[in-house]
Amino acid sequence: MRRLLNIRPKRGGRFFLGFFPLAAVGVAYFAASAARTAANPADKLLPTPAEMWTAVERMAFTVDPVRGMIPMVADTGASLERLLIGLGIATAATLIMGLVLGLLPLVRAGFGPLVAAISVVPPIALLPILFIVMGLGEASKVALIVVGIAPFMIRDLASHVAAIPEEQMVKAQSLGGSTWQIGLRVALPQAMPRLIKCLRLSLGPAWVFLISAEAIASDVGLGYRIFLVRRYLAMDVIIPYVIWISLLAVAMDLILMWLSRRFYPWAHSARDA
Amino acid sequence: MSILSFRDVWVEYGEKIVLEKVELEVADKSFVSIVGPSGAGKSTFLRLVTGQEAPTRGRVMLDGEPLSPEPGPNRGVVFQRYSVFPHLTVLDNVIFGLDCAGSPLLGRVFGAKRKAAAEQAEALLTQVGLNHSLKAYPAQLSGGMQQRLAIAQALIRRPRILLLDEPFGALDPGIRLDMHVLITELWQEHGLTILMVTHDIKEAFKLGTRVLAFDKRRHDPQAPHRFGSTAVYDFPLTEKTRQVPPELAGLAKEEAA
Repeated sequence: MRRLLNIRPKRGGRFFLGFFPLAAVGVAYFAASAARTAANPADKLLPTPAEMWTAVERMAFTVDPVRGMIPMVADTGASLERLLIGLGIATAATLIMGLVLGLLPLVRAGFGPLVAAISVVPPIALLPILFIVMGLGEASKVALIVVGIAPFMIRDLASHVAAIPEEQMVKAQSLGGSTWQIGLRVALPQAMPRLIKCLRLSLGPAWVFLISAEAIASDVGLGYRIFLVRRYLAMDVIIPYVIWISLLAVAMDLILMWLSRRFYPWAHSARDA
Repeated sequence: MSILSFRDVWVEYGEKIVLEKVELEVADKSFVSIVGPSGAGKSTFLRLVTGQEAPTRGRVMLDGEPLSPEPGPNRGVVFQRYSVFPHLTVLDNVIFGLDCAGSPLLGRVFGAKRKAAAEQAEALLTQVGLNHSLKAYPAQLSGGMQQRLAIAQALIRRPRILLLDEPFGALDPGIRLDMHVLITELWQEHGLTILMVTHDIKEAFKLGTRVLAFDKRRHDPQAPHRFGSTAVYDFPLTEKTRQVPPELAGLAKEEAA
């Protein structure tokens, strides 16, 4: 008898094994929803697919006569704008700080403790400060995403750069490389795939911070909407929104993974390429 | 003609003395093998020459000038592992040295300069037998091929001295023999001075024109760290004396075990 840990599913089997739990969750939901609706046609807790589709039609394909816009499109646009600006600033800061901290022991000695101290502060606890300092507008929401993910990304990238083997650094210097040239040609390209990986891991927290900020102070956005309709127990809106948010997150993750493989093939072994 | 001289060189880490009173002259175009038990300061000795380490006392002179305490293009280096850039292709790994020399700001040469650099790199890669893998990344190469690449890369800036730190230690015996042929050829063709640290005492005597054995001259059982190592044996070799001498036979056995 082979050990359990040596049994590896084949390609088709893996697909089936992965598909089955997903399908089971869906089937369980539909069954429960149908049962509750049969008992009480006005049930709001587990809306049927038809009810959810009606809500999606109202939210995603109909212009709201009062505000003159399609709610889901406006929410998605506003949320993605905040998220992408926040991720962009955090990524740029990480690239610069991570490289400098990782490459230069002098800077690491100076600023390492500061970054370490900032990264242990729970970002949500900073939200009131951000609201007071930056107001309730867009800036504080973007800032929450940045302070939420940048310190962790900076520390990760800096330690990755610092872990480039000493042999490589000595070799680069023995080939005449200056600090600048080594930063540009040795550290930067080797930091990029790690930065992308780090960004992929930060997508989850970034969404959390975005939705938190939107839930507290906003008038448009995916997080704002689901917390707004919560008051009416509008599960028929909330569930499609949650699915939509998940799809956006998965799409961003896939795009980043594709970018990493496309531009940094050397960082991906033949097995996972 | 001496290219490298060590004048009363000591290396100490706090209380611990690693190297003591190293007095050596290395002749131009010689091939010096460095052997000795683990912890006898072979690597520290080499690190003095790469510039990774500065002497606590004494001076290391290259061509009569004090050696700058950081790595530079007059000293090429090949380590046992990790001395090629994983993110560059074989060709770009070798061009890197010319990129650094030709473009301080961008670290990369373009146009006609790039073409000339590529030709020069290709010639060197042909010499080490890697001209069929120019576009491959190091991870796609075998261990022996990676070391060939590391050697070609180290030679592109025409260093005065080539430093090898157990360059063939991780290779299969057959591949090792090929590498011995290659390094001997390159040494003669490029007129190099080579310092090679090795654990393999047969290799040391086969390749070198001179063998240095590092060990402690004195031993204090109460405070072993207070005596450092130095070159306790210094053999100039000719074709006739390429035998492991009886004094070192014990060391050879110890390494084999």
